[in-house]
Amino acid sequence: MNVTIVDYKSGNISSVINSFQAVAQNNININVTEDLNQIKSSDKIVLPGQGSFKSCVDALNSISGLVDTLKDFALVNKKPLLGICVGLQMFADVGYEEAETKGLGWIPGKVSKIDNKNGKYKLPHIGWNEIEFMKNSKIYNGIENKSHMYFVHSYEFIPEDKSVISATVDYSTRVVCSIEKENLFGTQFHPEKSDKLGLQIIKNFINL
Amino acid sequence: MLKNRIIPCLDVKNGRVVKGINFIELKDAGDPVEQAKVYSDSGADEICFLDITASNENRETIYEVVKKTSKNCFVPLTVGGGVRSIEDINKLLNCGADKVSINTAAVQNHNLIKEAAKRFGSQCIVVAIDAKKTDENKWSVYTHGGRERTDIDAIEYAKISESNGAGEILLTSMDKDGTQSGYDIQLTSKITKAINIPVIASGGVGTLDHLKDGIVKGGASAVLAASIFHFGTFSIKEAKEYLKSKNVSVRV
Repeated sequence: MNVTIVDYKSGNISSVINSFQAVAQNNININVTEDLNQIKSSDKIVLPGQGSFKSCVDALNSISGLVDTLKDFALVNKKPLLGICVGLQMFADVGYEEAETKGLGWIPGKVSKIDNKNGKYKLPHIGWNEIEFMKNSKIYNGIENKSHMYFVHSYEFIPEDKSVISATVDYSTRVVCSIEKENLFGTQFHPEKSDKLGLQIIKNFINL
Repeated sequence: MLKNRIIPCLDVKNGRVVKGINFIELKDAGDPVEQAKVYSDSGADEICFLDITASNENRETIYEVVKKTSKNCFVPLTVGGGVRSIEDINKLLNCGADKVSINTAAVQNHNLIKEAAKRFGSQCIVVAIDAKKTDENKWSVYTHGGRERTDIDAIEYAKISESNGAGEILLTSMDKDGTQSGYDIQLTSKITKAINIPVIASGGVGTLDHLKDGIVKGGASAVLAASIFHFGTFSIKEAKEYLKSKNVSVRV
């Protein structure tokens, strides 16, 4: 099986690569590429994302044909795709970090700044926080409710259809921390930095 | 609820841990990779490497260390010490560091933090502030590993760092560092109140109560310690259990 981590030259993806390589069994190839043909022929795609919403969207758009290739993969062929952090946020229609920026528009909704209650809560939301399940998600096989995951973000994805939300986290409000919609998966937290439980989530995604 | 983080710091020199934990089961106590693994297995919320390599020709060693560690360590890894340029940050991130802490170079060049935050995102840019009390209610920023005094006010500098795009502040009290008498709570509290980004308290931990004070009295989001963990005075697990017993929320 081929799992491809999309390297669109934005942010630091070393930890994502390391974690997938650490859990991959012998018959699973972890590829890291921006090559459209390799992405097309993959069985699963990982879309990481660090930095601002705008910088990630700009970086995706700067690679000719990449957005359409991802769209075919995820929406037409409906093969499993996991977005991590801004990779998840980009599923939205629009984001407001730096400047109003059009997202991929795969899941209706917006990405806006976490309400920090006038400075009562520090931003970024950095550290370990407990996730609370909203529904069963295949990537949470073997993970207990209220497990700790590692977060680092200031913006949150607010989907219009709440039924896509698979878990939330308590930080000033109930912040969406993962989604599952058919073949689309996304985590706001970083499974690659969430210790053994995070690796379990990665394993679950690979084994889908 | 967001948990307070416990961060062990390892001093690395020429690619080797100095003052490291000396567990019998470790094959090589000077190996940063093994030490980081021990810490993450025992519940450390993050690992911090401080590169204290003095000579320029050996500076490359830290990259190898980070590369190897990040392949085996799946909690966040912060690396600092001698980071001077965008290129240094880029190299550390590419080797697998999750955050880079910048000290002297950030004082000398405010644009460095602005550029770094823009290019890599605030989430991976930590501004390390070494501060020393120089007057009543006045703390000055020191650079070059605490050897050189500047006229910059530490609290003002923390605010500037926040507006330049730092994602976190790593605050070390030069007065307290190495004394094992507790964090500088007055300084920590002033800075955590002055800014809206998380502050990691550092310098002076000798007891588990000091960790608690850093969080409860100082308002720090995370507490960093070196010696108490290095010398095996306390384990990470003991620290967390203690904090939990005092109603400080930690990941256990």
